Amino acid sequence: MSRLPVRKTYKLFIGGDFPRSESGRTYEAQGQNVARGSRKDARDAVRAARSGFGKWAGMTAYNRGQVLYRIAEMMEARTAEFAELCSGRAEVEESIDRWVWYAGWADKYAQVIGSSNPVAAPYFNFTFPEPTGVVAIVAPDEPSLGGLVSRIAPVIVGGNAAVVLASETAPLAAIELSEALATADLPGGVVNILTGYRSEMAPWLAGHMDVNAIDLGGADGDAPELERLAADNVKRVVRGRIGEQSPYEIAAFLELKTVWHPIGV
Amino acid sequence: MPAGWEYAPAPESRDIVTLEERYGLFIGGELVDPRSGEYFPTLNPGTEEQLAEVAQAGPQDVDAAVGAARGAYDNGWSSISPAERAKYLFRIARILQERSREFAVLESMNGGKPIRESRDVDLPLAAAHFFYYAGWADKLEYAFPNRRPRSIGVAGQIIPWNFPLLMLAWKIAPALAAGNTVVLKPAETTPLTALLFADVVRQAELPPGVVNIITGDGRAGAELVKHEGVDKIAFTGSTEVGKAIQRELAGTGKKLTLELGGKAANIVFDDAALDQAVEGIVNGIYFNQGHVCCAGSRLLVQESIYEPLIAKLKRRLTTLRLGDPLDKNTDIGAINSKQQLDKITELVAAGEEEGAEIYQPPCRLPEKGYWFAPTVFTNVAQSYRIAQEEIFGPVLSVLTFRTPDEAVEKANNTAYGLSAGVWTEKGSRILSMAQKLQAGVIWANTFNRFDPTSPFGGFKESGFGREGGLHGLEPYLDLGESEVRGG
Repeated sequence: MSRLPVRKTYKLFIGGDFPRSESGRTYEAQGQNVARGSRKDARDAVRAARSGFGKWAGMTAYNRGQVLYRIAEMMEARTAEFAELCSGRAEVEESIDRWVWYAGWADKYAQVIGSSNPVAAPYFNFTFPEPTGVVAIVAPDEPSLGGLVSRIAPVIVGGNAAVVLASETAPLAAIELSEALATADLPGGVVNILTGYRSEMAPWLAGHMDVNAIDLGGADGDAPELERLAADNVKRVVRGRIGEQSPYEIAAFLELKTVWHPIGV
Repeated sequence: MPAGWEYAPAPESRDIVTLEERYGLFIGGELVDPRSGEYFPTLNPGTEEQLAEVAQAGPQDVDAAVGAARGAYDNGWSSISPAERAKYLFRIARILQERSREFAVLESMNGGKPIRESRDVDLPLAAAHFFYYAGWADKLEYAFPNRRPRSIGVAGQIIPWNFPLLMLAWKIAPALAAGNTVVLKPAETTPLTALLFADVVRQAELPPGVVNIITGDGRAGAELVKHEGVDKIAFTGSTEVGKAIQRELAGTGKKLTLELGGKAANIVFDDAALDQAVEGIVNGIYFNQGHVCCAGSRLLVQESIYEPLIAKLKRRLTTLRLGDPLDKNTDIGAINSKQQLDKITELVAAGEEEGAEIYQPPCRLPEKGYWFAPTVFTNVAQSYRIAQEEIFGPVLSVLTFRTPDEAVEKANNTAYGLSAGVWTEKGSRILSMAQKLQAGVIWANTFNRFDPTSPFGGFKESGFGREGGLHGLEPYLDLGESEVRGG
């Protein structure tokens, strides 16, 4: 007699924990019952992100780079599982390599993006990037893993914390990813992943006063309304491109700070 | 120092400025009558005398200006060699230097700011801005690694009344350097130096339509924002209007940069050089009558030096000279408009009502014009309107703190994040504060310094995008592979 397999409960990822939706609801996707997050879950995720942000942003760039690299390591070990949940092995490998690519940027983008400024007066003046804060990401439906990784990596490598709406139609890769993130030394709350209906959560994130930026890379018809809501607290609105990796994707979620100091004896 | 020293008047001559009775709109290289047929008076806020009439651009006028800009973009400006583009901008910088006294006098007449500031700050910086960005025009590919930046098209630019010509320079110089054409709307109350700039454009022989200037109130700005032929909007002004613009542009894909309000903390630690700090506090809040988005309007003083510092500050206030903006000894000029004076008056009344203690030095205000005495509020709680809202006038709110952490918490307790000041002799503390303060510009042991090479812009609800420096080019370029707003 063959053994009956133990199934997984597909839950949310908030503050480093795996809660069910507070609403007690699920929906069926990819043949599984998946947590159907509510606007309350979205707000809880923003709070978790805000509390995770300080620690993450305060870590050294070298450390953040190592954590991103460890995410790649954790994914590599689960390659077979991931491959079954997205378009296949190629998408998984590309996603892992993307983490490695961004891991290497952690201690370099400040040198590319920052500047020292030769002002016409006796002042030492320099400009350096800082994370924007809490970033909401509307991930695309497809590719369910590649799209997710392409948008999360540039956001967190810069020291931001993210609240991510996973693919609505194919959320299982996102849930698998949250399990990899949970074992990658990423402080709790730095990445929070919500599954469910985008229309039930995205507007609440777009209008949330403690979210500093929103990536609408995966939004379509709802994008204009989300952009309108984002204006309530002058959010940075980014239309991240799904397939792209570049330091400009990191820069989109950074604030530039310029410091002046007199030169004298 | 005794109050009430008498100075002989030392007014700058107005002779150098020649005003028309009435100005049209600068569209396609010419001043043209507005299709709207509407004009409105523009005043000298120091005397309330009418200086001229200017046009109120209507929808058809905005359309004509955008059409002229589009035509100039398509018919040459976008394909002219970048090195030639640079030379036009160098020419503009030189002409501004040559005509700087004329511009400075007109700026003070129309805006109310002291001639010492328009002459020594606004004009040199405006010219320097054009000179700086001129050199970028043919070097853009060095600014953005791994990208081939391209111009965007027509930029719609809306500027405030506090630094009329300087804000024009901040907007037009990077836009043209990047290869765009522009339609610029100066503020309703300060159109004259922008219209005089039209003459600089003529002298520089810029192709017609590359720079268009339309005057009018907020209606003209709103028309410009929603015009379909505009590819990019750059706005400097209030957070309220900035949010409305962001909403209006939602879903259009137009690029947007916003430079909005501020409520900057100017933080003085107990080891600061107090006399220098007092000068920095005064410069931080009374420069340009406090009509400065990055003004140091909240003074945070470490408790142990509160009394000596406030005593020094009050004594310094008695030496500030308020009066004729064209007088070379004037420190504090006129409030820009009746409307702004009303707003300041209302907020100051709210401060008194909420329980703050007001101090104003003995100060005779001129009978005509719009004036407000330099004001300090002590006993201010963080919840008071004068500690939360941008007053945009010569009004300082003083709060205290004990520890650096408390200073950071209070400084960051605002929706704004444009600038901040730190005064201490301890280097490590400066860098620690600079890291923790949520603001785009940190002035350490100085305040209100500006330079074309130095990026300027806000965190949080103070807006997004930077003006100045290499970073000020990005809002006017398409970098190719990514479409990023707010980076």
